[in-house]
Amino acid sequence: MFLINCPYCGERDQSEFSCGGEAHIVRPKQPTELSDDQWAEYLFMRKNIKGVQFERWNHAHGCRKWFNMVRDTSNDKIHAIYKMGEKPPVE
Amino acid sequence: MTKFRVNKTKHVDQTKSVSFNFDGKTYYGFEGDTLASALLANGVHLVGRSFKYHRPRGIMSCGSEEPNAICQINEDADLTEPNVRATEIELYEGLIASSQNCWPSVKFDIGGINNFISPFIPAGFYYKTFMWPKSFWKRIYEPLIRMSAGLGKSPTKPDPELYNHKYVHCDVLIIGGGISGIIASKIAAKNNLKTILIEDKNILGGSTIFQKNENYKINNKFSSEWINEQIAELKKLDNLTIKTRTSLAAYHSYNYLLAKENISDHLPLNKRNGDIRQRLWKIRADKVIVATGALERPLVFNNNDRPGIMLSNSVKKYLDFYGVSCGLNNVIFTNNDSAYETAVSFKEKGLSVEIIDIRKKSNSKIVKNAEKLGIKIYWNSTIVNTFGYRKINSVEIMNLSEDGSNVVGDKNRINCDCLAISGGWTPMVHMHTQSGGKLDFRELDKTFIPNEIDQNHINVGSCNGDFELEDIINNTNNKVKNFLKVSESDFENISVFNSKELDKRNIWLLPSYISEGKCKSFIDFQNDSTAKDIKLALREGFKSIEHVKRYTTTGMATDQGKLSNMHALGIIAETAGVKMGTLGTTTFRPPFTPLTFGSIVGRSVGKFFDTIRKTSIHEWHIQNNAKFENVGQWKRPWYYPINDEGLHDAVQRESKAARDSAGILDASTLGKIDIQGTDASEFLNRVYTNAWSKLGIGKCRYGLMLNEDGMVYDDGVTTRLGENHYLMTTTTGGAANVLSKLEDYLQTEWPELDVYLTSVTDHYSTASICGPNSKKILTKIFPDKDFSDDTFPHMSYQNGKIDEIDCRIMRISFTGELSYEINIESKYGKSLWEKCIEAGKEFKITPYGTETMHLLRAEKGFIIVGQDTDGTMTPIDLQMDWIVSKKKYDFIGKRSLYRSDTIREDRKQLVGLLTDDPNEILEEGAQIVSDMSKKPIEMIGHVTSSYFSPNLNKSIALAVVKSGKKMNGQKLIVPMENKNINVTVSDSVFLDKENKRINA
Ligand SMILES: [Zn+2]
Repeated sequence: MFLINCPYCGERDQSEFSCGGEAHIVRPKQPTELSDDQWAEYLFMRKNIKGVQFERWNHAHGCRKWFNMVRDTSNDKIHAIYKMGEKPPVE
Repeated sequence: MTKFRVNKTKHVDQTKSVSFNFDGKTYYGFEGDTLASALLANGVHLVGRSFKYHRPRGIMSCGSEEPNAICQINEDADLTEPNVRATEIELYEGLIASSQNCWPSVKFDIGGINNFISPFIPAGFYYKTFMWPKSFWKRIYEPLIRMSAGLGKSPTKPDPELYNHKYVHCDVLIIGGGISGIIASKIAAKNNLKTILIEDKNILGGSTIFQKNENYKINNKFSSEWINEQIAELKKLDNLTIKTRTSLAAYHSYNYLLAKENISDHLPLNKRNGDIRQRLWKIRADKVIVATGALERPLVFNNNDRPGIMLSNSVKKYLDFYGVSCGLNNVIFTNNDSAYETAVSFKEKGLSVEIIDIRKKSNSKIVKNAEKLGIKIYWNSTIVNTFGYRKINSVEIMNLSEDGSNVVGDKNRINCDCLAISGGWTPMVHMHTQSGGKLDFRELDKTFIPNEIDQNHINVGSCNGDFELEDIINNTNNKVKNFLKVSESDFENISVFNSKELDKRNIWLLPSYISEGKCKSFIDFQNDSTAKDIKLALREGFKSIEHVKRYTTTGMATDQGKLSNMHALGIIAETAGVKMGTLGTTTFRPPFTPLTFGSIVGRSVGKFFDTIRKTSIHEWHIQNNAKFENVGQWKRPWYYPINDEGLHDAVQRESKAARDSAGILDASTLGKIDIQGTDASEFLNRVYTNAWSKLGIGKCRYGLMLNEDGMVYDDGVTTRLGENHYLMTTTTGGAANVLSKLEDYLQTEWPELDVYLTSVTDHYSTASICGPNSKKILTKIFPDKDFSDDTFPHMSYQNGKIDEIDCRIMRISFTGELSYEINIESKYGKSLWEKCIEAGKEFKITPYGTETMHLLRAEKGFIIVGQDTDGTMTPIDLQMDWIVSKKKYDFIGKRSLYRSDTIREDRKQLVGLLTDDPNEILEEGAQIVSDMSKKPIEMIGHVTSSYFSPNLNKSIALAVVKSGKKMNGQKLIVPMENKNINVTVSDSVFLDKENKRINA
């Protein structure tokens, strides 16, 4: 059970949050111009890696804000948390 | 006093007798006993049968690692509990316990036949044998396996006891109240840190508390004396909370831990008073100090599982703590010094004891002491066989060869009624690994010890691999001070006298003159797996420890292999010729010991299981005899029976009334989202399939919402209240998810849009009135309003007032009937409803529930998302092409509507079904086929909604059928268990296709 530092509320128990999967997958601006394969890439393909992963999280039972998290899935260490729209930290 | 109660101790009160029942017989023990110590005091060793071979098994240990003494307690009461370890149950007056896994009795056991056919039950036997023939599974193999497997019986009645959860935060949590846990707690608390110490036993002190002899001294006192002084001081510290009878169940990441406190389990049933039985502590600790100690290892030799064969340190605890001698004629079998403590204790109490030592010689002080006391020691010897059926009566020993791989010389038989074994110690690293910590292998004594790099906790004492007293005290002191960054400590210059040394001779599988194939050398006592099983698994090609474990079931019983894992690993490494440290270990998973379901769910039972949501009109529904159904968390009126009317009759009556005159439905549960902002129209354009920009203020529109994969997600009517203001309705069950999804898009994909979403589901109550007389009723409620079709047409909204209270009136319809919905602030919901009923009286207004609502909409062919759709239906599949805008550039899910898969013509599509016999009602979920002759019969669809329509006087159904769009008029079959029902595909709108009623 993680302790997550919501960028709007501070440290809270993981039970207040829900994970929204891989981060930084931008919805295509012109979907109609994409091939089936390109659209499928956006729609279905998600990484599930052992190691450092960029994820979307939502403070569902709190401020309800979405934010991003850099988490190592092999040991659950949270390396960074940053707001939506902000650039992911390098390294 | 029984002849086995040989010693008086301060932990068992021999003036207070306690009676209990075991396997139907009454025994007596004393206050302070465990069930196990009381049984041993009565000479009872045989307490169960082994899982696979049903071999007689006895008490083996004194703690949570116990593999054999697993009991069912209080069998006849509601509180019966299986899989309880006799070594952990504190004895109380009237306790009833029985052996598990033996039928008809522990002394005569039919499953014991497995023991004689055991050469034929090797590892993986069940996998191999019961594969074939397949048809035998259901009637023969499965019942047979189920009957002979299984440990204990579940209670059949609801648990009558209370359980609690408690959340706590602390600076330091210390797990384990033995000597190192006590040192750590005292340092933490004395340095002003908020500290919690948990201990699973009912007293602190670990094994030091019964260490009262010349071989171990701290500051020139018996170590038991010294530890008692420490405990007394500990109890005076203000910022230390001590929780005994509390066992750690799980250690999760970020120092989040679960611990179970037993509050009333040790009390007689008549003294429990309905108070809380167990409490689950949910602890978030800044720092954690693990001091869980070590477990003694058994030795693996031929027939090492007879009752009376016990772990050496446990035998010592029974003697020195409980005053019980496990035997009168004791033999100790060891590969290290620690078992000599047990021998010395026996001898000091005048009991007979001999030692068989695998080692060639040892010169430690304690060995010399034993020799001085006249204890006979057989060096360089091993046990090659044991005898005695219900209890051990003798052992056979031989000398070991130089390298220990074989036995040499003559056999020698020694009589005994208790065999205390010690294979050295295994640090309890469960907590460390549960939290994500790694392990290092220490070759010296073949142990895995915690690797603490990158951890937010430390391990101290024997769980850290420190087995000798001076290491325990000094290392704990230094480590704790560094970890907590404090300096004050009472443990700086402690003088310790110790007489043990660490050397041992490790032989994972001890040899015998009997060939290995014929030996029964048990590794996992609870799951009955032997060294032979493991070797067989390796021969059959299993390599990974995780696979060998599953194939042989080693370590997979309720004790999670606390005593067996190391030997399994050792034998695998040896047989495969690899280094033990490179093999890894199996994963230790929570809970450390089994948790009761009660403690897991806590108070979330019965009516507290989930939130119950009621509308403001709920009381009226109850007074009017409503039957309710659960829709998500909501209680919704299902139907309103009159007198003893059943569901069918009530729904027929309600449906007819709604179409013939007037019906009223509580629609308050529909999700309502208030949408405001300058980009509100653009936002709706993006989330619904149809166009919204041109919707006039005061108009309503039905919208369909898709997932990005093109599948229908939700639907509802949205009303434009103002230029930049909409009220969206969603399905009852989908409300929360729709809001979350819309928020997600707004925050992450379209942050540039000026749109604000607010859930107002609970803010408004809704009465929905339908039927040909609904307009007249509305006119009575709002006498000043013009309800003519020109000023108030279908799909429009107006504000209204009832007694100065604002409300919104929407002319919208989910039934296909002329229909109005009135929204009012929730606190006025009930009075609005009553006003509607009053106004409708002359038209015999009929309240109807969800079942009638479903029937009415089905007559009209309106879908219910989640009933007629299942996450695989596009709007095109639903024949709702009309609602998908061709002009809009984009909306959620648009691109997916022309993926190669979604444009397939043989997708399942929504159709109507009419039964050839109009009185035959189809079952929802029934399969649909077109050709019964070709086997296997292809199932081309299923029924999604089905009713008898009183307004059409025939059965109607909605269904999804492959290529259904092209099938109008085609005959299909719905095969049921007893008959095949003939149906014809029809249009999905059964009633008033021309919308005459809605626009009436
Ligand atoms: Zn927050």
